[in-house]
Amino acid sequence: MLEAKVYPPGTWVEICRIVLAPGERAPQVPADTASVPLELRVKGFLQEPASLGQEAVVTTLIGRTQKGIVTRINPRHTHDFGEPVPELLPIGMELRRLLEGNDDGK
Amino acid sequence: MASSYQAVMGRQNEIMKRAVGFDYQQFEQTSLAFDYEAMMDATGFDLAQVRRVQALTGVGNTPLYELRNITKLARRLAPPGCGARIFLKDEACNPSGSFKARRAAISVYQAKQLGYEGVIAATSGNYGAAVASQAAMHGLKCIVVQEVYDSEGVGQPEILEKARACEAYGAEVCQLTVGPELFYVFLCLLEETGYFNASLYTPYAIAGIETIGAEIAEEILARTGRYPDAVVVTHAGGGNVTGTARGLRKAGATTTRVIGASVDLHGLHMASDGDFNRKSFTTGHTGFGVPFATWPDRADVPRNAARPLRYLDQYVTVTQGEVFYTTEMLAQLEGLERGPAGNTALAAAFAIAQTMPADQMLVVQETEYTGAGKHPTAQLTFARQRGIEVRRGDPRSSQPGRSIIIPERPEQIRVQEYPLDDLRRSYLRNALRQVKNRQLSQLDVDFLRADSRARLELIEQVAAEQQVRLP
Repeated sequence: MLEAKVYPPGTWVEICRIVLAPGERAPQVPADTASVPLELRVKGFLQEPASLGQEAVVTTLIGRTQKGIVTRINPRHTHDFGEPVPELLPIGMELRRLLEGNDDGK
Repeated sequence: MASSYQAVMGRQNEIMKRAVGFDYQQFEQTSLAFDYEAMMDATGFDLAQVRRVQALTGVGNTPLYELRNITKLARRLAPPGCGARIFLKDEACNPSGSFKARRAAISVYQAKQLGYEGVIAATSGNYGAAVASQAAMHGLKCIVVQEVYDSEGVGQPEILEKARACEAYGAEVCQLTVGPELFYVFLCLLEETGYFNASLYTPYAIAGIETIGAEIAEEILARTGRYPDAVVVTHAGGGNVTGTARGLRKAGATTTRVIGASVDLHGLHMASDGDFNRKSFTTGHTGFGVPFATWPDRADVPRNAARPLRYLDQYVTVTQGEVFYTTEMLAQLEGLERGPAGNTALAAAFAIAQTMPADQMLVVQETEYTGAGKHPTAQLTFARQRGIEVRRGDPRSSQPGRSIIIPERPEQIRVQEYPLDDLRRSYLRNALRQVKNRQLSQLDVDFLRADSRARLELIEQVAAEQQVRLP
């Protein structure tokens, strides 16, 4: 088996920890939420060498210390503009036609 | 100290007192009533001072556009003689890209004055970036607590973008999975750090919004010789409605109608892990708009300074599809590409303007920045991936969490009236539960009338139903 890669101190990582286990959740939450833990993710710089899946301590952007399991290394922002949406694409042309009066609206 | 959910929630009052630097107790009058105006005055900031503080960090004085092409289009669809002039306050031009910079400017300034080392805000919205940006400007540390992931670790694209923005301003972002226990984590962090609670709902935060209302009133007056006939406000937690209305009044626009607009998300449970990623709007929706109007004191401060029923003259909802359509309209007809959630009020205004005489004026009081994640294409792509139907058709047939129907034609954009008396009735039910001995005093009745603008008969009706006696 391959040895898990160890990342040096100072590596920018995301860690995750369970704040409330399913049995500890607030009484008012709906059943689907009550059956899963409340998790917290935060990013920071590794204080000691660590690998993915290991517990680690990080220093956050404001210098605080947070502890959790390393879930991502140098985490990339993956949100984007999505795909072109065929339902939206023609709207501009349709509206301009209406505005210019070349469309009787039917 | 014990850190269990119950133990921390039990220390809520002490934690809050230390974290807001403000004693709410002094305004309490009965088990129900408190002196709202005295609380609002206690900030010590009048409108001129708020303006000075905001000017320090370049907040406010955003452009006010007249949307000539959208007005022209609305007039084509309106009955003869109808189609009010539509104006838009471009709040995306604030330093952090939304009107929330106005709120954050006063809170963070106050935290700095009081000597706090840092600020914490519990928000999944634009307010996080606003607080982080202001904290950077004032040299304070900042923590933002967000609800962002479902239990599978899938994040709402709109909220992921807001987290990125907060980190760009140097904040620590604590990202949570779904659940109201966000408030518990927030309390733990306040206790642990001793930072200031830069809540959205303190009198400071609301005082910060008053400048939007004042700027609108003054600028419309200067350009047209009179005040606007109506202002449409995207309504979620109630601060936007409250602050804008108060600012309008302070500037003299006492007869301008204040219309709240929210995206209709009925049927989706806001604390449900399963429903969380089935919505395509994370703010400006009824999931906040209704509960915060009907019980403002559910907020993260002992008394919420945002009390929308005091100021709303009308409340309407629009669908997700209508807002996405209007976002396209704003970009393509007016050349302004802005974030969808901020265009909720614009979608409503487009429909409402068609019912107003052409010589009247309607102002939409905000826009927000747009970008990766916070964009119709990002949000509709995400919705499709979650199995939500996206198609064109009659938006009235859409079902939140199941389908998003993009209008085929602009005349399909219509507002749905949400009767204010329905909100008032549920507000009164919530309020009367607080009454000790089932007996209202005259002070209580006066408070209820001011806080909900309910007619006395409605108060009598709900009191009878709840077996509470009137004085």
